Amino acid sequence: MIAQDLKSALQELCPDLEERDSLDWPAFNCPIAKIPELAQALRDERDYNALMDATAIDNGVDASPRFTVVYHLFSTKAATYVRLAADCESDEEPSAPTLTDLFKSANWMERETFDLMGIRYEGHPDLRRILMWDEYPHHPLRKDFPLAGFESELSDEEIAANTGVKVKPAPMAGGPFVAQQSCFESKREPTAKDESWNEAKEKPEK
Amino acid sequence: MSTETTEYTSPDAAGKTAAASQEFETEHLEVSMGPSHPSTHGVLRLNLELDGEIVKMCDPVLGYLHRGDEKIAENMTYNQFVPYTDRLDYLAPLANNAAYAMAVEKLANLEVPERCQAIRVVTSELARISAHLLGLGAYTMDVGALTVFMITFTEREKLYRLFEELTGARFTTSYSRIGGVTRDMPDGWTDRVLNFCEEFLPLLDDVEALLTRNRIWFDRTADIGIISKEDAISYGLTGPNLRGSGVDVDLRRDAPYSGYENYDFEVPLGENGDCYDRYAVRMEEMRQSVRIVRQAIAKMPGGPFYAEDATKIFAPRKDKVLTSMEELIQNFMITTEGPDMPEGEVYFEAENPKGALGFYIVSKGGGVPYRMKIRGPSFNNLSILEKVCLGGMISDISAILGSLDFVMGECDR
Repeated sequence: MIAQDLKSALQELCPDLEERDSLDWPAFNCPIAKIPELAQALRDERDYNALMDATAIDNGVDASPRFTVVYHLFSTKAATYVRLAADCESDEEPSAPTLTDLFKSANWMERETFDLMGIRYEGHPDLRRILMWDEYPHHPLRKDFPLAGFESELSDEEIAANTGVKVKPAPMAGGPFVAQQSCFESKREPTAKDESWNEAKEKPEK
Repeated sequence: MSTETTEYTSPDAAGKTAAASQEFETEHLEVSMGPSHPSTHGVLRLNLELDGEIVKMCDPVLGYLHRGDEKIAENMTYNQFVPYTDRLDYLAPLANNAAYAMAVEKLANLEVPERCQAIRVVTSELARISAHLLGLGAYTMDVGALTVFMITFTEREKLYRLFEELTGARFTTSYSRIGGVTRDMPDGWTDRVLNFCEEFLPLLDDVEALLTRNRIWFDRTADIGIISKEDAISYGLTGPNLRGSGVDVDLRRDAPYSGYENYDFEVPLGENGDCYDRYAVRMEEMRQSVRIVRQAIAKMPGGPFYAEDATKIFAPRKDKVLTSMEELIQNFMITTEGPDMPEGEVYFEAENPKGALGFYIVSKGGGVPYRMKIRGPSFNNLSILEKVCLGGMISDISAILGSLDFVMGECDR
């Protein structure tokens, strides 16, 4: 089938390639340094000529490897997708090679992943934040970043002084009232998630 | 068409004089166009470096509408997230609702009944008409043709009334649920939709008469903002922008979902990849959408509008919930914990009016996704601005932005 055919072709380039569990399209795990090579092979030999999505998953603060970068390649001729995933080697300073030379769409998508997850892309021509402002210190999509956010400095002091705008965490009154993902039945009902602080009580220093 | 950006040579006398006399020492002017600018369609900011009227550098700054949807999705059950999908491409909320529901149903490997699929097709195509009408109206208004704005918005008003009758809200409809839609179509709604289609096509002809062979429109949009095929694919453009450049990809036809294989429709293609072609593609897409709506209503199957046997996913009927214990428990579990989803990951893209709206959902079981990446088509559509605005004039930027027809809601999420 397509997946087997792809797998054997890609394994010639990268013997460490494995199949990744996927409910739909063929998906492969590979070492992170091999991503550009495999993406190029998929683009040039298999007509997966468009990079539709480049993102990352945070596997949890205690997981190792912590970050997994995921790419979705699309073939305009066959209208099929393939998923490529790789674990970042470092947990504290995750990095990945850039695909900007192969696909121009990688430019902005890697900037977004850097902005929200903190993954540095080596070789990226212009790696700066895209959705948050440039001097924002945190990476919001990481699992250790709370939903309400942290207090942080607004970059321009003059604007902050004139408008009185502050970057404060969202008023959550004890955290979002949501169901959490844990195995205990009692925790899976909606409860206030982060009960350590609210508008009346300050967030305890970590 | 040449893929290199060429220096703009202004045809007027002043331009010639200025170019000829090299005595003037000029500097490039750095201007920030937006975020609050009538022409930038929402909160988009363009950092421009200008040499007179000519754009030397264009750097879009995004994030003014960033609301953290992906972070919020990690804390919401799958049904709780539906109102957030309304606000992605807020010009076509019904299409986003359907795309999201289909992505989660793919995760659950759930087949929805045919009636639900047909309803989703009708609503998505009406949403497509609505989004294209607004995009067209705003585009022509920025370029200067104000009458078109009036016509298109009157038509949209009729659509809003139809949406309100169907879903309860004109605008942010939150119509789909995982496994179906919220409610069935009211009596006579399909007749009103067909009436709308009948009234709409002649008005679309009026708009065409105003624009398509209009000398001024042609001058403002033809050969402006040319995007080559290779660039379009490389920059990740999708939807009418990609088809305007001549790349024949339409997910409704090539990777059909929700019963699109049962309907007969054509996919318009552009040739040159300029602003005029993108406008023409959208105009024709609206006519094809009417065609699809008519077919879908003619073939509308009977039956349930939600997956009745998906008892762990779709909340049961209210009268059963209030009287029967099993349905009560099901309702409770689905509402509090969320629909019971298997572990795994899926990526699903739907052909939305602005392009391919993709959802990458990583689930570790349970009712709340572990990671949800929303691939907003406008994000990739905008990435080409850095290249396509160079060498043109500021007034061309209005034409280009309008022709790319992006929405900051799905760009920033």
